[in-house]
Amino acid sequence: MSVDTADRRLGARAPGRSQGHRQRRHGVTHGRTGYLFVAPFMLVFVAMLVLPLAYAAYLSLFQERLIGGTVFAGIGNYTRALTDPRLLHGVGRVALFFLIQVPIMLVIALLAALAIDSGLLRVAKLFRLGIFLPYAVPSVVAALMWGYLYGRDFGPFAQLADKVGAAAPKFLTPDWMLGSLANVVTWEFTGYNMIILYAALRAVPHDLYEAAAVDGAGAIRTAWSIKIPALRPALLICVIFSVIGSFQLFNEPQLMQRLAPSVIDSGYTPNLYAYTLAFTGQEVNYAAAVSFLLGAVIVIASYAVLFITTRRSRA
Amino acid sequence: MTGRRSNALTIAMAVLLIYFLLPLFWLFVASTKTVGDLFSSFGLWFAHDISLFSNIKQTVTNDGWVFTRWMGNTVFYAVVSAGGAAFLCALGGYGFAKYRFRGNAAMFGAVLGAIMVPTTALAIPTYLLFSKAGLVNTPLAIILPSLVSPFGLYLMRIYAQDAVPDGIIEAARIDGAGEFRIFFQVALRMLAPGIVTVLLFTLVATWNNYFLPLIMLNNPDLYPITVGLAAWSSQASAGGGTTGAVLSLVITGSFLSVLPLIAAFLLLQRYWQSGLAAGGVKA
Repeated sequence: MSVDTADRRLGARAPGRSQGHRQRRHGVTHGRTGYLFVAPFMLVFVAMLVLPLAYAAYLSLFQERLIGGTVFAGIGNYTRALTDPRLLHGVGRVALFFLIQVPIMLVIALLAALAIDSGLLRVAKLFRLGIFLPYAVPSVVAALMWGYLYGRDFGPFAQLADKVGAAAPKFLTPDWMLGSLANVVTWEFTGYNMIILYAALRAVPHDLYEAAAVDGAGAIRTAWSIKIPALRPALLICVIFSVIGSFQLFNEPQLMQRLAPSVIDSGYTPNLYAYTLAFTGQEVNYAAAVSFLLGAVIVIASYAVLFITTRRSRA
Repeated sequence: MTGRRSNALTIAMAVLLIYFLLPLFWLFVASTKTVGDLFSSFGLWFAHDISLFSNIKQTVTNDGWVFTRWMGNTVFYAVVSAGGAAFLCALGGYGFAKYRFRGNAAMFGAVLGAIMVPTTALAIPTYLLFSKAGLVNTPLAIILPSLVSPFGLYLMRIYAQDAVPDGIIEAARIDGAGEFRIFFQVALRMLAPGIVTVLLFTLVATWNNYFLPLIMLNNPDLYPITVGLAAWSSQASAGGGTTGAVLSLVITGSFLSVLPLIAAFLLLQRYWQSGLAAGGVKA
């Protein structure tokens, strides 16, 4: 919902804006060509992104009844969703996941990027590529692989525990599951975030470092006072991508579900819930409302992150 | 930069590196083992018999070469989607960066806002629309939704801004070249590193895509590798005593499926690193 209104706001503002007269001077001859260049992208954008979103919004306003077929329900699906304990639990779970997993992942990524950029490492390139490598592994493979690693039959952790006579770690029990999933996601995406941060570090002007060195700042002081502040925009991108990733968590829990069906129920994450509603429960309209609501939560959370960080940096 | 090297820091990073590489090492080791050895030998080291090649042969030929088919499907979906997406992004990014027209800022703003729209929230409504249009269970059901990459457009716009100097476009215009000729013969070459970055990231996104094909396809002949492996793994965990053989297929199949992307990343590292720099720094 909020995407829609944001877009409309932008759309309503732009035509009346001062761009007008600049456009007239330069744009008369080539302005039309500009449309031709952006038209293919915008066409697919509308067909594959705006239209499904609008369709979800439309569907979410109806309900299927046993008697009478599909009837208009207004905000009925939304009031149901907002009081649906399974959905609320799922949202709470991914929010908790976000609050714990993302800071850990980003701190590791940040430290690794700073270490690689510091010039203090031997074989820095090996570290850069090695830590990034898991990003090239499909999340399905990552989840299957970690599932086997966690397992009791032939997982190395259980084997090691057996050897020293300890109890095997209970990775797939209710208490541990969220942490086990967080570990898989951390493993997959730390390198990706590290590369974004590292790339941003490379762009910091080097005379700043030299000035700091002249002032007697050591490597840690330079990192804290110059590098980390310079990384702010890149970190913001990482956080926003992480909001999007965490809240739509699906692949990992869906695959782990087979290993621990009693731990991961169909409402474990909101996305898993929407999937189950649509494809096993045949509750298409309610699933559309859940999808749409989930999208709205993600967009709102992303804007909240943007708002909080930009306001703080100005103050 | 400096001549000093820190051993402590190098060791700390080595520990981190082990965490990231050990699971992949395990996967490699496991795919060299017979099912019996998988259970009876220690996971992080090789068993006495190395049966990597017989495992590979079994995986590839199992069930009428279905694994090979899945790999082929994945390559096809990924290459067509990524190629199409990168081309649309290059064209659009250049258009947004180099032309002033009514609605430029508004449309670009709308695309930027859409970066935050989760793809999985779109998947269910897209499925419903496609099932009305009869596109479900066809390759188009995977390719069409993957052609949109708002983040790719954003990257290309930023990249085009600097990579193609306005002076060169003006000079080409004075020489009488048409706008599209300028794009294809002059600008495209300058945009190449940015295009490769977008190509690579959309390639990974389609290669790794699971949710969309899971809901769009129910014909195993059309599965990409992710859905195929997941189907095998549920066979392996569902069946009782006869699951051993399938288990080995899942493990060896997983190992084989990660090789192409790892190779692509290592070969094309120059591109994705510079592309990420452009996106991350200027945001």
